[in-house]
Amino acid sequence: MGYEILGLPLIYYLAMLGKVIVVFLFVLLTVAYATYAERKIIGHMQVRLGPMETAWHGLLQPIADGLKLFFKEEIIPSQASKLVFLLSPFIALVPAFIAFAVIPFGDTIEIAGYKIPLQIAAYYDTAAGKVIDVNVGVLYILAMAGMGVYGIVLAGWSSNNKYSLLGGLRSAAQVISYELAASFALVAVFMLSESLSLQKIVADQAGVFGWYVWKQPLAFILFCICSVAETNRTPFDLPEAENELVAGFGTEYSSMKYAMFFMAEYANMVTVSAVAATFFLGGWQGPTPWPILNFVAKVYFFMFCFIWIRATYPRYRYDQLMRLGWKVFLPLALLNIVVTGIVVTLFK
Amino acid sequence: METIAMPAINFAAIMPETILSVIAMALLLINVFVPSEQKAYLGYLSLIGIVVTFFTVIGGWGTPQEGFNGSVMQDNFALFFKGIFLVSAALSILISDQYMKREECNHGELYPLILLATCGMMLMASGTDLMTIFLGLELLSVSLYVLAGFQRDSLKSNEAGLKYFLLGAFSTGFLLYGMALIYGATGTTRIAAIASYVAQNSLAGSNLMLLIGMVLMAVGFSFKIAAAPFHMWTPDVYEGAPTPMTAFMSVGPKAAGFAAFVRVFVIALPTLRADWADLLWVLAVLTMTVGNITALYQKNIKRMLAYSSIAHAGYVLVGFVAGNAVGTAGIMFYMLSYAFMNIGAFAIIVLVGKKGEPNNNVEDYAGFGFKHPLLAVCMSIFLFSLAGIPPAAGFIGKFYLFSGAIQAGYIWLAIIGVLNSAASVYYYLRVMVFMYMKDPVEEFDWLKVSPAIALCLIIAVAGVLIPGIVPGYLLELAQKAVLL
Amino acid sequence: MLESLFFLIVAAVAVLSGILVITCKNPINSALSLILTFFCVATFYVMLEAPFMAAVQVIVYAGAIMVLIVFVIMLLNIKTETDKRTSHAVLISSIIGLFVLFETIYFLNRSSLTGSKGLMDSAMIKSVGHTEIIGKALFTDFLLPFEITSLLLLVAIVGAVVVSKRKI
Repeated sequence: MGYEILGLPLIYYLAMLGKVIVVFLFVLLTVAYATYAERKIIGHMQVRLGPMETAWHGLLQPIADGLKLFFKEEIIPSQASKLVFLLSPFIALVPAFIAFAVIPFGDTIEIAGYKIPLQIAAYYDTAAGKVIDVNVGVLYILAMAGMGVYGIVLAGWSSNNKYSLLGGLRSAAQVISYELAASFALVAVFMLSESLSLQKIVADQAGVFGWYVWKQPLAFILFCICSVAETNRTPFDLPEAENELVAGFGTEYSSMKYAMFFMAEYANMVTVSAVAATFFLGGWQGPTPWPILNFVAKVYFFMFCFIWIRATYPRYRYDQLMRLGWKVFLPLALLNIVVTGIVVTLFK
Repeated sequence: METIAMPAINFAAIMPETILSVIAMALLLINVFVPSEQKAYLGYLSLIGIVVTFFTVIGGWGTPQEGFNGSVMQDNFALFFKGIFLVSAALSILISDQYMKREECNHGELYPLILLATCGMMLMASGTDLMTIFLGLELLSVSLYVLAGFQRDSLKSNEAGLKYFLLGAFSTGFLLYGMALIYGATGTTRIAAIASYVAQNSLAGSNLMLLIGMVLMAVGFSFKIAAAPFHMWTPDVYEGAPTPMTAFMSVGPKAAGFAAFVRVFVIALPTLRADWADLLWVLAVLTMTVGNITALYQKNIKRMLAYSSIAHAGYVLVGFVAGNAVGTAGIMFYMLSYAFMNIGAFAIIVLVGKKGEPNNNVEDYAGFGFKHPLLAVCMSIFLFSLAGIPPAAGFIGKFYLFSGAIQAGYIWLAIIGVLNSAASVYYYLRVMVFMYMKDPVEEFDWLKVSPAIALCLIIAVAGVLIPGIVPGYLLELAQKAVLL
Repeated sequence: MLESLFFLIVAAVAVLSGILVITCKNPINSALSLILTFFCVATFYVMLEAPFMAAVQVIVYAGAIMVLIVFVIMLLNIKTETDKRTSHAVLISSIIGLFVLFETIYFLNRSSLTGSKGLMDSAMIKSVGHTEIIGKALFTDFLLPFEITSLLLLVAIVGAVVVSKRKI
C-alpha cells in the first residue's frame, strides 16, 4: 500500500468513504421506497391496490412524490422564530442518519489484502489482529435517538401555532418516557454481552439459536414497542395526530421541509429496525450464509412490522400512552434487568 | 467475566447511616397506608429509629471503624457529632406533629426527609473523602430545601424554600470548585492522602491552586454554617420555614458543617494552618459582630434567633481558629448544648403561635410569664443559656471556646467574643422583659402543650441545665472525641 | 496537527455558544446554545479518550435534561426577556468571570499543576476500555459515594412530589 495520509494507508480512507456512501444510499433508497411500500402494503391489507398509475404498479410513485414536494411553495409563518424554524427539519433528520455509523451490517471483507469491517466507525487493527470499533456504540445510538426529538420539539415551538406547540410538547414527553424503557431493555442485553461495542454484541450471537431474542424475549418485546413510540408511529403517533392536532408539529411546514420530517420519520424507522436486528436477531449472523443479505432482510422484516402495526391498530389516547410507558414498560424493563442480573450471577 | 474484587466494606463504619436510611425508606412505604390524621405514628416510628441509631452510636464509641477503602471513618469525633444530629432530629420531630397538624400540612413525607437529612449530616461528619463529604452535604441540603418549603400553602414558606435552594446551590458550586482545585493540586480526594501529599511535597501557602481551593472550600462551608458575609439567606429562610424545621436546620446542618469543616481543614490542610487561621479569624469576628448587632434590631423572634444563630456560628469559629484540644472540644460541647437550648426556644415559639397567626413578634410575648409561668421559666432558661449566663450549658461552652482561643494566643479574638456575648444579652433579655414585666394583652388560652412537646421541653431543659451545672462528664467525652 | 486544529474549532464553537447562552434574549435560543455547548464538551471527552463520558454527556445532559428544560420553557410559554439587566450585575459577574479565566489559565500552566498522576493514561484506557474502568472505580473505590447518590436521588424525587404534587 503505497500512499499514507496521517499514518494511515490510503485504502483506509477509501474504504471509509465507500462505506459511508453505500450506507447512505441504502438508507435513502429504503426511506423512499418505504413510503411506497407502506401505501402498497396497507392498500393490500385493506383490499385496495394502492398507487398504480406511475410506472408499473406505481413503482415510480416515491420519485413523483419527491418531485412534487420539491416544487411546492415554501411558506414560513411571519411570526415564526425563523432560525429555529429553518433548522429543526435538519435537527430531526441528521441524528436518524448518523446513528447508522456504529451498526455493523456485514462481516469483515478483504479487498486487496486489506481487511475492512462492514461497519462505518470501525477499522481492522492489523497489529492487534481484530476489529476496533466504537467502544460505546450502544450509548452512541441511544444518544442520537435522544437528539432526534429536538427536531420535532423545536419545530412545534418555532411554528408559533398552538397545534404545533401541543404536538411538540407531546413528543418531548413521549420520547423521554419511552427512551428510558427502551434503554433499560437494552441494558439487559449488554449485561449478557458484557460490552457496549456492537461488534462484540453481534459476534456473541453466532447461529440462529445464539440470538439474544431467545435469551431476552421480554427485552425484545419491550424494545420493539418502545421503538414504535420513539419513532412516533401509529399507534403512538400523538405528536402529529391529524384529527385533534391538524398535523401536530408539522402543521406549518411545507415543501422540502415537510419532506425532511417525512424522511426523518422513515429514516428513524430504518435505524431502529437495524438496531433491533443487531441486538436481538444477531445482526448479520445467520440464518443464510450471506451476511449483508441477512442484515437487510431483518431490517426489512422490522419495517414490514411497523407498517403492519399501522394498518392494524387505532391510536392510543395520550394519558394511556403515558401510563403504559411509566407504569408498565419501565417496571417490566427494570424487573427484566434484576432477573437477568440474578441469572447471570448464578449461572455464570 | 472478570470479577471485580470488592473493597473492604465494613458496615460497622456506616451502621447509624444504614439504619436511619432503611427506616426512612420503610416510613415512605408505610406512609401510603396511614390516614392523614394519624401521621403522628410515623413520627413515633422515626423516634424509635433514632433511639436505635443512638444506641449504635453509643456502642461504637471508642472503637474507630474505617470503611469503604477509606471513604468513611467512624471515630469518636464523628460519633459525638452523630449524637448531636440525632438529638436535634429527635427534638425537632417531637415538636413537629403539633405544629404541622395546626398548619394543616402534616404530610407523612416530613419524617423520612428529616431522617435522610440526618443521614446526610452523619456522612458529612464521618466522611474522610471529599466525595463522601460533598454527597452527604447534598443529601442534607436537598432534604432541607424541601423541608423549608414544606408548608405548601404559605407564601413565606415557599419563598424560604426557593431562596434556600438558589443560594444553597450557589454555595455548593463554591465548595465543589474548591474541592476540584484541591484535587488538582494533590491528585486525590481522600483526606488522609491529601494531608500526606501536601506534607511530602512540601506544598505550602505558596501553592496558589491549593490556597484558592482552600479559600473556596471555606466559602462553601461558611455558607452552610451561615457565617458572615455568607449569611444573607439565613433570616429569610429561618423566618419562612415551618418553625420545627427552622429549629432543625439551625442546629443540625450547622453542626454538620462544622464537623466537615474541621475535619477537612485540620486533617487535610494542617500545613496551611497559618493561612486558614487568619482567614477564619476575620470570619469569626465578622460573623459574631454582624450577627449580634443585627439581632439587636429584630422585632420578629424567629428572625432574631436567626441572627443569633449567625452570632453563635461566630463563637464556634473562635474555637475553630484556636485549633487546640480545648477549642475543638469546646466546639463539640457547644454544638450539643446549642441543640438543646435553641430547639427548646423554638418549641416555645411553636406553642405561642396559632393557626394563621404565628405570633412571632416580641410584643406578642407580653405577660406570657403570668399566664404560663412554667413555659416562661423554660423559655428563660433557654434564653439565659443562649446569652451565656451561668449556670446554663451555653456559659460552659462559651467558656471553653474562649479559653481555647486564649491558650492558643488569640487573646483579642477572645475579647471580641466576650464583648459580643455581652451585647447579645440585650436582645435575649428583651424577650424576658416582655414576658415578665409587661401586662398581658392576650389570654394565651389557645395554648395547649401536647405530650410530645412536653417531652421535648423536659429533655431540652435537662440538656441545658445538667451539663451547665456538672459539665465534667460531657466535657470529658468531647475531649476524647477531639481529632488532634 | 489535525487534532489540535479540530480542537481549536470545537473550542471556538464551545466558547461562542457558551456566550450565546447568556446573551440570547429568547430562552429557547439560550437552551439551544446550551445544548450545543454540551455537544462540544462531549467532543472534548472523546478527544480525551473518554468515550463513555461523552456518550453520557450527550444522553443525560444534551438529551434528557435539556429536553426537560425546553419542555418547561415551552409549557410555561416564557416570553422573550424585555427589561434590561442591571449594569452593575453585569460588571460584577464579568469581573468574577475574568478572575476565573485568569485562574484557569494560570493553573493550566503545567508548573502549577502539582497533583500526582494516576494510573490511567490513554494507552491504559485503550487497552482496558473506558467503560470498564469507570464501572470498576464506581464499584470499588467510590462505592459509598455511588450509594449515597442513590439516596440523594430518592430525596430529590420525594422532594419534587412533596413540593409540587397537587394533592399528597
